[in-house]
Amino acid sequence: MKRITVAITSMLVGVTAAGIAAGDKWSDQFPHIKNTGDIAGECSYESMSQKDYSGQTLTINTHAVPVMGEPTALHAEQFSALTGAEVNVIHTPAGDLYSKAMIPFQAGQAPYDIVFGFSNFIRDWMAYLEPVPEYYVNMRQMQDVTKSHIDVASWDGTMMQFPIDGDRHYLKYRKDVIDNPELQAKYLAETGNELRVPQTWKEYAEIAAYFNGWDWDGDGELEYGSAEVMKKDDLMYAAFFSRSVAYAKNPATPGGFFFDLDTMTPLINSPGFVEALTDWVEAVNYVPPGGINFSLGDEINSFGGGQALFSFSWDDAFVAAMEDGSAIKNKVGVAPLPGADRVWNRETGAWDETYNQAPYIVWGWAAAVAKKSKNHELAFDYLCFFSNDANHQADIAIGRFGVNPFKKSDFVPDIYIERQGWDQQIAEEYTETLMDMEEKSTNRVFPLRVPGVFEFTSAVATGTSKALAGQLSPQEALDEVAAEWEAIIERVGVDNVREAYAVGVALEDNLR
Amino acid sequence: MRYGHKYVFLLPGLLVLIAILIFPVIFTVRLSLSGWNSYNPGLDFVGIKNYVRLFTSDPRFWEAFSRLAFFSLTTVFLQYILGFGLALLVWRDVLFKRFFRVLFLIPMMTTPVIMTVIWKTVFHESLGPVNDFLSMFGLTPLWLSDPMLSKVTVIIVEVWQWTPFMFLLLLAGLLSLPKEAFLAASIDGAGPLRKFIYVTFPLMAPISIGAIIIRLIEASKIMDTIYVLTSGGPGTSTETTSFYIFIKGLREFQMGYSAAMSFTYLIVMILSLTVIVNILIRVFIGRND
Repeated sequence: MKRITVAITSMLVGVTAAGIAAGDKWSDQFPHIKNTGDIAGECSYESMSQKDYSGQTLTINTHAVPVMGEPTALHAEQFSALTGAEVNVIHTPAGDLYSKAMIPFQAGQAPYDIVFGFSNFIRDWMAYLEPVPEYYVNMRQMQDVTKSHIDVASWDGTMMQFPIDGDRHYLKYRKDVIDNPELQAKYLAETGNELRVPQTWKEYAEIAAYFNGWDWDGDGELEYGSAEVMKKDDLMYAAFFSRSVAYAKNPATPGGFFFDLDTMTPLINSPGFVEALTDWVEAVNYVPPGGINFSLGDEINSFGGGQALFSFSWDDAFVAAMEDGSAIKNKVGVAPLPGADRVWNRETGAWDETYNQAPYIVWGWAAAVAKKSKNHELAFDYLCFFSNDANHQADIAIGRFGVNPFKKSDFVPDIYIERQGWDQQIAEEYTETLMDMEEKSTNRVFPLRVPGVFEFTSAVATGTSKALAGQLSPQEALDEVAAEWEAIIERVGVDNVREAYAVGVALEDNLR
Repeated sequence: MRYGHKYVFLLPGLLVLIAILIFPVIFTVRLSLSGWNSYNPGLDFVGIKNYVRLFTSDPRFWEAFSRLAFFSLTTVFLQYILGFGLALLVWRDVLFKRFFRVLFLIPMMTTPVIMTVIWKTVFHESLGPVNDFLSMFGLTPLWLSDPMLSKVTVIIVEVWQWTPFMFLLLLAGLLSLPKEAFLAASIDGAGPLRKFIYVTFPLMAPISIGAIIIRLIEASKIMDTIYVLTSGGPGTSTETTSFYIFIKGLREFQMGYSAAMSFTYLIVMILSLTVIVNILIRVFIGRND
């Protein structure tokens, strides 16, 4: 055990030290990695330059530019220059990534060697994907990936997607407000409460409501309490789950968060979820005008542009706020998602009056190789090159790329302090928060990964959206979602859903 | 003399017709009788199960249909009124007539998705210029987040985008009208209003009916505006049939069920448009032939 610890520590130090090292001949040719130069590894620039794929063609279906589409194209160009392969990159809007791959998959065709998508596509796509070969699974670069993201990329122990990105939801807040002594005194005087990073969603709501609709940073513009993804599309359900985990993920009741694994009864309309949706409906009062129609892009612009006190979802809003040129660079902080003072216990049918907090390891970008592709080695080498240490460290510094930390070596504060100019305290807060979620928490929730996952999540988006718009009460909305989930289970087959859900539940319960 | 060989010359056209029209419809019908989805690919046979589900347990589809009817009828009515008005304005000799004719066509020549993105920015409740201006008067309407107002926003964008189409057809109609009827009306002492009511409008009736029907068909397929502007929200307040079919088919990958919805939609649209054409003939021409 000690030997493993020493090995990992040496590796982290090595990667970090290499990262801080000056540029080299590869960075002269490829300025993208100018901050680190090439970093030794199985898929480094040096290693790839030894390969010769001349005359071979790789076709990739990826997301539109810039998020994930831009790094895909950039690394394709670099890969092509190093190996001689011809790489065709096709860009597709997020909403069409699933179907654009699924239609040829089901038709038995392989127009794409590599398909990009979301990690929760895994169950529907896995029959058409080539498992990641042992060589890549065992290489040093892969040993650096956190266990959470190895799990996210794998199905029942077999790695089906090549880890290229890491995602989780966490709280972002305006540090210049929460840590401001004058505002703390004002808040205390007017509310009788301490102004601090919210520990519960109720506290989040109180603070957000207080700081809603006035110019608390003196920039001449109105600011608001919270920016959230509330637009009815395929992302808002993830925001709802983030608000639900504290109330509904009870560490004392293993065996499922979305369903009771024994009976496959949907838990989506249980009191924990209803409480979360009730909170969310209240949040409509402290988001910016039109916040109920905010997409992820709006959330990023709103929080990243200094319009909101709080935000929670993927890394992007925080990275946007911390980029050079941002008016609020080094004025934002990071914390785990708020918790709750009580959590629903489905076994006793009552609330457990105890503090509860649970990280949500939400789905993120994933890439995989088509089983019917005739270029498996070429395709895996490309993905391995995409996420080699030099490319990865350069990519995570560019907010619009959508590449976020998922390697243990990403959670070293110095990377952000020295390369991106972050304040030490913020860098430490960021890396500690993310690392704790990734590696330490024993009450994590993993994304829903069952057959027909889009049917389930789409039902949640529709139901919660109706509640936010005032068309239904939270209980009515979630009852409707539960009924729809039961209908979906009947169509898919209860055993099919249970079998797949059990894989995800095992990930959660094995943490205990 | 035998002329049987003449049918051979029809064959290419017939084959093209079958390939691009008949086959897709037949395939849609066959697909609608299957359970094809993400976890069960292929054309299995489930009978009329999808249709039973559609007619007995999917009120969302029919709600979307009623919303579609509201949007189509409202936007096409407004487009007709505005399009006719603009066409009348530049029909006669006015200054800069050619300039205005081109100017009025610009919205139609732009890409709908791009323009909707711009409209979305314009109507953005907290960052957009419209509310920035209105806030000076203490107003911040929720253009995209209020269930009622979001419908109005969709209508504004649709009317802006497609009024030029109506304008183009009606202007072409006006320019082709015979002058004799107007001369006779002038000799009889008819003023501009009487000329419009008794000469222009009746003569334009066939063109008006054609223009309205073409726009109704197009308006009933509204998708891009909804997709970009509201995603059917807030809640389901702007969700239309085509957007709902898109969600079920290409988002949730329920191909069999979405085919059943598409075929049902086609039948309902054929029936509805047949009724509407008859009503328009009665209203515009006053007889039913």
